[in-house]
Amino acid sequence: MKKLALLLIGFSFTFSGISQEETETHSDEGKQLPSVILTDMEGNEVNTADLGFDGPVIFSFWATWCSPCKKELNTIHEMYLDWQDDTGVTLVAVSVDDERTRNSVPVYVNGKAWDYEVIMDPNGDFKRAMGVNNVPHTFLVDADGNIVYSHNNYATGDEIKLRDELYTLVGLPIPK
Amino acid sequence: MKKLAIVGLSSLLSTAVFAQNNNIGGTITGNMESTFQYLNEDSLIGANQPAEKGLLNSYMNVFYRNGNFKAGMRIESYLPRIQGYPNQFDGTGLGMRYIGYENDFIDVTLGSIYEQFGSGMILRAYEDRALGYDNFLDGARVIVRPFPGMKIKGVYGYQRFSFQSGRVVHSDGIVRGFDGELNLNTAIESLKSKKLKVTLGGSFVSKYQKDDRDDLILPENVGSYGGRIKLRYKRFTLDGEYIQKEQDPSADNNFNYNYGHAALINAGYTQKGLGILFSAKSVDNMSYRSDRNKTLQDLLINYLPSMNKVHTYNLVATLYPYATQPVGEIAYQTEILYTIKRGSKLGGKYGTSLNANFSTAYGPKRNAVNQDFSDTTRVMYETGVFEMSDSLYWRDLNFNVYKKFNRNFNMKLSYFNITLNNDVAKVTDNAKGLIHTNIGVAEVNYKISTKHSIRGELQALFVKPKEDGSINDNGNWATAVIEYNISPGWFFSIMDQYNYGNPSEDLRVHYIYGAVGYIHDATRITAGYGRQRAGLFCVGGVCRFVPASNGLTLSITQSF
Repeated sequence: MKKLALLLIGFSFTFSGISQEETETHSDEGKQLPSVILTDMEGNEVNTADLGFDGPVIFSFWATWCSPCKKELNTIHEMYLDWQDDTGVTLVAVSVDDERTRNSVPVYVNGKAWDYEVIMDPNGDFKRAMGVNNVPHTFLVDADGNIVYSHNNYATGDEIKLRDELYTLVGLPIPK
Repeated sequence: MKKLAIVGLSSLLSTAVFAQNNNIGGTITGNMESTFQYLNEDSLIGANQPAEKGLLNSYMNVFYRNGNFKAGMRIESYLPRIQGYPNQFDGTGLGMRYIGYENDFIDVTLGSIYEQFGSGMILRAYEDRALGYDNFLDGARVIVRPFPGMKIKGVYGYQRFSFQSGRVVHSDGIVRGFDGELNLNTAIESLKSKKLKVTLGGSFVSKYQKDDRDDLILPENVGSYGGRIKLRYKRFTLDGEYIQKEQDPSADNNFNYNYGHAALINAGYTQKGLGILFSAKSVDNMSYRSDRNKTLQDLLINYLPSMNKVHTYNLVATLYPYATQPVGEIAYQTEILYTIKRGSKLGGKYGTSLNANFSTAYGPKRNAVNQDFSDTTRVMYETGVFEMSDSLYWRDLNFNVYKKFNRNFNMKLSYFNITLNNDVAKVTDNAKGLIHTNIGVAEVNYKISTKHSIRGELQALFVKPKEDGSINDNGNWATAVIEYNISPGWFFSIMDQYNYGNPSEDLRVHYIYGAVGYIHDATRITAGYGRQRAGLFCVGGVCRFVPASNGLTLSITQSF
């Protein structure tokens, strides 16, 4: 009986060690970027877990048929260069358009002259893995792949909240 | 000493177990959605109060990943299902589950599988929770990547058909599929730097279902196969896929023994500020189901994308929508988006965007070869790829202009001219033949301050009268929407759809619906109250009919 107790103590030590480690390496939301293999607009394979950016990344789930999504990305488009210069951020626009509208994605992206990285999720694999119910859904991810902020909506002004989270993440003062 | 050794050993053992996974503990992600409805009786618009009065739909997905191991599940619950959801859903239980292992070379999954081959015209297993659509394959899947640029997939399984008494009900027939794709520029070293990018693919899918008829000799195994090519050259793109289906007598095609085909071509040109797309599609006898006796949206193995723009404004999207006719159609679409440069005379300070889109679909031309049902071949007609008749199914010409006037104010004007053949793609019981509509929409956005903004929409839909001058279908409609947003947490909206042109004066009704929403990061809570019009609710080309309702809807979504 005593041995069993000791055995348990032994296990519990290691567990507590593990859980501590977890709290240290994980962010507030405790969610890491899942690995899903998708393609970019050119058809090249892209693994979402090793996109390999140096700085923070914004993942924005959108579709050509989603007006608020387009509004969000068009609004950020006007501020994107400043954000990039200040924080080194990369925005990855994840299109959930399926075959019906998938071909309109490059038309829209280039027609609007976006500078974002665009990846295609036609069967919703990445959408499912990220727990996205509906678009628009935007995630801010740090350079280590930890999700630090997410928001499931877009209304005018939400881009300011996203910007503030981004600047806070990289330790810069929030722009006035 | 002994005791210490035990503690040490158990400690070591448990560490060793965990150390195998470099990401200790793994990660859990997921999401949930719960929708509650309390409905009133409203005989004027044909809304019924269900006997239970309160309805509740819920689901939660949980995905676990630890190193190369993955697992996932979904609990679904219909107590009972909300209005307009497919009627084969009830109870609470496990709706989806899988386990799998994945590394750079191999990916194996057992359980519920979502998959798409090529454009999906041969096989697509997917879900759309908003519509209650879910046709995953319950079985096994292997994906192998033998060298960079090459991908081979194999799937085997029974399709999910419905969810009854808290359990998934499967299809009668089994589905087997194989797909290979080769990206030449990634696979072959000397092509890496070439400007021409080429990807080739090929698929084979087969279904098995027992012959359940005494009067016909039905093929029990039905094969389907095809190939695809993707070309990219600088700013030009060209994609094509062709699928052929073997003899597949079914309820959809009146048990004929014709072959079926689906062909899809997309050509595009894009540069900064300009995008042009041209698409063409030819489909004949291409409904492909794991149960030959099913119809509507049940047990489809393949997905035939409808070739028209997905509209978002209420009156445009829901009154006269169009979905692909799997029995046969020839369709074309073209789309142009152009942004006039910032700082130019027309472009103004912020640039002006112009968008035009045209799509049309016709019935295939069928040359009857055999009208005699006693003939044993049961091959009823002949048709070719892109051989079209003059029977118009659908036509949609639309354009819009978007202009930002200053930092706080922008506007979008849209015009739509839509013709729908109600005999083929039926959307209403009150009309015959072609329905012609003209729709105009004005949308304005005004930013009051950094956090406060207001959005308004005015929409008007005009239905062309019948040839005898009487009102067609339900006549003209007007819609007004006002939405007030307080970023990032709140929104308030009111929508009024007014059927002022209804031929019956009693039915010239206002459908007023108000909604409030609160968003906190990945949590979203909304409450809506009011009248909702009966109509087709479509997402991504799949539609379901939603009956009219009057009442309260509460909804919570959460991601984690």
